Amino acid sequence: MRGLIAVLAALVFATGAIGKEAAPLAEDEAVEKRLVKIAEELRCLVCQNESLAGSRADLAEDLRREVRGLIKQGRTDQEVKDFLVSRYGDFVLYQPPVKPTTWLLWGGPFLLLIVGVTALIAYLRRRSSQVRKAELTEDERKRAEALLKETP
Amino acid sequence: MNRFLLPLGLFIVLLGFLAVGLNRDPREVPSPLVGKPAPAFELPQLHQPDKTFAPKEMLGKVWLFNVWASWCVSCRQEHPVLVKYAKQGVPVVGLDYKDQREDGLRWLKQFGDPYLLSAWDGDGRVGIDYGVYGVPETYLIDKSGTIRYKHIGPITAEAMEQKILPMMKELDK
Repeated sequence: MRGLIAVLAALVFATGAIGKEAAPLAEDEAVEKRLVKIAEELRCLVCQNESLAGSRADLAEDLRREVRGLIKQGRTDQEVKDFLVSRYGDFVLYQPPVKPTTWLLWGGPFLLLIVGVTALIAYLRRRSSQVRKAELTEDERKRAEALLKETP
Repeated sequence: MNRFLLPLGLFIVLLGFLAVGLNRDPREVPSPLVGKPAPAFELPQLHQPDKTFAPKEMLGKVWLFNVWASWCVSCRQEHPVLVKYAKQGVPVVGLDYKDQREDGLRWLKQFGDPYLLSAWDGDGRVGIDYGVYGVPETYLIDKSGTIRYKHIGPITAEAMEQKILPMMKELDK
């Protein structure tokens, strides 16, 4: 029993040694904050549904290193994004730029909304003009009253 | 009957968009570098660390710039194709991307070396300048040093025959 406890204890302590050493914390918090803010709007090209900030792919780590370097050089956010776009294309941006090829992308939803509202209005107008003014004639009114009285 | 035609039409159009979207490979990101001058760099060579390579040394030639690594599995798939066409005289320069020098050298010894030479990009900085995101990638560079085409993923004999070689021939005129 004592042997078992010793083995277990050894295992517990051993796991501490297996863990990878944490990466050194960034020396400059401001740089790191800007890095995260920029990288969250960028796509990691290896695992395409992750942001550059969240990805653990090797390439993402390299790109973060580059971005960190650019920030330290005092570049603006836009310059950092341009750096990546010039290499990887607009695909790295989660928010695509507005330009002729993306007009449909940006304007499409509004276009669809306008088309939909127009169609709805046209449909409602047509329907209301089709509904006849249904006023009861004297005969019909009497029959209706009779029917109402019949019901228990 | 007519009232169903419009929604049906719209549905078919939507279906068309989805079909096209599903059949496209999301890993093939068009490179903004095509049509632009190949980014300049100067890197040590893989075999002779004291010598360097810069793309400007290839000016006047139509050549392939192939990014590879010993840790890259699909590079093995592509490698025999490169070896075959290099033997036929296609000039290929390698970029050993984010690799250990010894691993790269061993890999070439094992599978054959199709490259005129390989530049060694240990930290992957040149790879970033070329927009590399998944090895292997291959750039077709013309006589003026402009990137004309980028092939993402392993080159197949088919891609070589149908796309790359005809383009190289055309550019070599």
